Amino acid sequence: MSDPVNENDLRRILRESAVPEHNKFVERQSLDKAMMKFDQKNALSRQGTGWWRRLMGTARMVLHPNDGAFMKKSYKIAGGLCAATLAIALLSTSALNNEYLGFKKSVSDTKGIDYLGGVRVSNPGVMPPKSVEPPALPEAAPAKQEEVDAALKPVASPAPMIATAPPVPQALNAPMEKNKEMKAASVAGSAGAASGALMNFAKKDSPAIGGLAMQRSAVSESMVMPIIADTISQPGYHDEGRDKFEHVKDNPLKLVKDEPVSTFSIDVDTASYSFMRASLNNNVLPQKDSVRIEEMVNYFPYDYARPSDKAEPFKASVNVMPSPWNKGTKLVHIGIKGYEMQQKEKPHSNLVFLVDTSGSMNEPNKLPLLKNSLKLLLDSLSPEDSIAIVTYAGSAGTALEPTLVKDKAKILATIDSFNSGGSTAGAEGIRQAYELAKRNFDKKGVNRVILATDGDFNVGITDPNELKSFIERERDSGVFLSVLGFGQGNYNDAMMQTLAQNGNGNAAYIDNLNEARKVLVDEASSTLFTIAKDVKLQVEFNPATVSEYRLIGYETRMLKREDFNNDKVDAGDIGAGHTVTAIYEITPVGSESKLVDDLRYGNSGESPSLAGVKKEATVRGGEYGFLKIRYKLPNESVSKLITTPIDSHVEVSSIDKASTEARFATSVAAVGQLLRGEGMTKDFSYDDAIALAQSAKGEDKFGYRAEFINLVRLAKSAAGLKPLDGGQRPPVVEPQPYPMPQVR
Amino acid sequence: MNEDLQQTIRNAQRGDREAFRRLLQDHYAMIHRVAYRFTGNMADAEDVAQEVCMVLVDRLNSYKGGSSFSTWLYRVVVNQCHDARKKKRADTARDTQYIELEAMESADAKEANRKASWLYRAIAMLKPPLPETALLVLAEELSHAEAGKILGCKESTVSWRMSEVRKQLTVMMEGSHV
Repeated sequence: MSDPVNENDLRRILRESAVPEHNKFVERQSLDKAMMKFDQKNALSRQGTGWWRRLMGTARMVLHPNDGAFMKKSYKIAGGLCAATLAIALLSTSALNNEYLGFKKSVSDTKGIDYLGGVRVSNPGVMPPKSVEPPALPEAAPAKQEEVDAALKPVASPAPMIATAPPVPQALNAPMEKNKEMKAASVAGSAGAASGALMNFAKKDSPAIGGLAMQRSAVSESMVMPIIADTISQPGYHDEGRDKFEHVKDNPLKLVKDEPVSTFSIDVDTASYSFMRASLNNNVLPQKDSVRIEEMVNYFPYDYARPSDKAEPFKASVNVMPSPWNKGTKLVHIGIKGYEMQQKEKPHSNLVFLVDTSGSMNEPNKLPLLKNSLKLLLDSLSPEDSIAIVTYAGSAGTALEPTLVKDKAKILATIDSFNSGGSTAGAEGIRQAYELAKRNFDKKGVNRVILATDGDFNVGITDPNELKSFIERERDSGVFLSVLGFGQGNYNDAMMQTLAQNGNGNAAYIDNLNEARKVLVDEASSTLFTIAKDVKLQVEFNPATVSEYRLIGYETRMLKREDFNNDKVDAGDIGAGHTVTAIYEITPVGSESKLVDDLRYGNSGESPSLAGVKKEATVRGGEYGFLKIRYKLPNESVSKLITTPIDSHVEVSSIDKASTEARFATSVAAVGQLLRGEGMTKDFSYDDAIALAQSAKGEDKFGYRAEFINLVRLAKSAAGLKPLDGGQRPPVVEPQPYPMPQVR
Repeated sequence: MNEDLQQTIRNAQRGDREAFRRLLQDHYAMIHRVAYRFTGNMADAEDVAQEVCMVLVDRLNSYKGGSSFSTWLYRVVVNQCHDARKKKRADTARDTQYIELEAMESADAKEANRKASWLYRAIAMLKPPLPETALLVLAEELSHAEAGKILGCKESTVSWRMSEVRKQLTVMMEGSHV
């Protein structure tokens, strides 16, 4: 007993408590950051001709995180204005980076958050190189903004310009080889001005590594940073497991005999899909209640038949095909395509941004992302549109009186001045925003409140039902509402849905800058310009051909049968160019897959009227059912009716023969059902869904479908519940509050 | 062992990004493990590990071969842990976090880790430079000579410190009946 503790015993004790496995995501993130620094260091130390090529290469790589979605998407709106696009990207992401840093600083000043976020704040990799003067960036931004303005205008000019889309890569490559400059400059007439300016910028770089070049390298780095921050789990403190979703029961199977008519409202929201993506990118399955299948399906643009003119705002197309997960059932696929507005038809917009600047927004994927999203939106508006901004935290206040978009500097300055802090008086903010929109009401234009928040209302009206009745009253004023959701961990989806569904609006969830671009730039006209409101669908099934049916998704959108013809009942809105998809699974009469047995004593109960119906139904034996759509034009209060039979002539004999669009929608619907664990898809697996989606990728010019396939792959291995500490929980090891000595 | 490793290091020093990434990848687990033992929690360990990766970008060129790379890397990690500690302010939130964590830990895990956790805590309460010496020798299971190289002192100094560690741990153990 002379020496009760020897080294071997002590070592054994420590060996028994293994250090928890490190988190692979965090590792990748750290490595990526280090590699970025490494690249930069090597690029700068070389100082040869190729150093910026490397930087541009890096930037391009990151700009294409989803099969090039980021860049390719841009030229849809900007046409051939490649350089303008690049300038926007430089502007918006560099600003994001600044805020990202600023945010971190503020986190470290906040007690209680410092614990997790503190050390990373000092991360040298996030900082621009020491020799760079940070103030150069914001100053450079407005100058470039002018170019963007100038460049965006010609979008309205004749279409052929848009056909010269390829300059996007060219502009990026242009600085690489000097002799290509001339070539690129001659591309795309009006784009030339902007791209030429950019190339002058590039030319100045090349002779020497001057101040401008240094600035450029900083810009390149800041292009890189935020996107990584978006897609990989964020460091710092997060709320976890406090996301609120309304509990939803799956739509039940219905018997055509008992309930031949199915009525629901369309839903063009996409929030559920983005939320799922954010979860899966953190390797966690989304909460079951967060999965709304129709929102997943409707996230994707589909190439359905277009309506010919504005008088008929949308067109419905119907497909019937065998179900891929059940031999005995068929799928009825209903696709609706809204009228796409030409640039010159677009009405004047009177927008009120309602921005949540409460303390809960103080996370890199909330307020900083929000600011940049708004800046993106600004770029897709026309100069004569007007914008007002209301911010709310503990109290609400007008931050910017209605201002024309051409006064961009003023609007940007307001957006940049947002600071988060305090509680959330959401309802008061909404009231003020509606006031402002009504005061500035434009009878011929679009009057819309755009609410950006995480939905965590905690001052004033906090009960969704109470808020709902308020919103319902405001609806009659003609002001529309768009809800942009931000953040994960404390996201109040239930609140967002209540607002959007009752306020003549739409809801999107912004999980990264790419999504912001999708919603606010590429699909800006869908988001902003409503072409039809209160759109209701009603399908009457034919008892002679269909015995059972089930609507996939739309659980929160079901309407009563009598609501269809009641114009007082609110329903979803369709924006310009929107596509809406609904899928029914039907069991034909006589199929062995029927889930409900016939009644032994059934026949005698049949009423005479039903017998009459049956007779009629047999006459229409070639039809599975009849589709009716009711809608109102945006400024009207009386609905119109469109009808189309679900004809068995359109039926295909195998799913392979169905259209690409229908197959892809089916794959998404299948994944949605798998994520919800509905059990209606039999042994259809994620792999089957991947195969189906792979076969139906189509043109996929923005890469959304490729991204979806990757997400499904992630879903296969994702955890059911987010573990604490981002992965592994360490064993109980006490803190060691001792000052370590300097050991060098 | 090390021809491959040395070659990788040389390539990384010359600016080969693949080599540099491989180097980080191969050593990240070790960096993280040491950082975890020094900081006692996952979040700080991740921060330190990231710092180390960043620092390596600049410092890798100062590795001249000769001594073992892992010894050199240990030194970098230990220094970084020290810096992190210095930056960190005492914060009540931190303690709250631990209390919550402990409450959630299952009884089983508690028992299995009770001794180790006591030991980590006890080591942490020693006076510097004993804790880092003890962690390298006991947790990382390095020899006194290796620990000496990392900490920049003689082997005999490490041995003396370790006997001091054992002595003090014995006293603490008697005090707490573990």
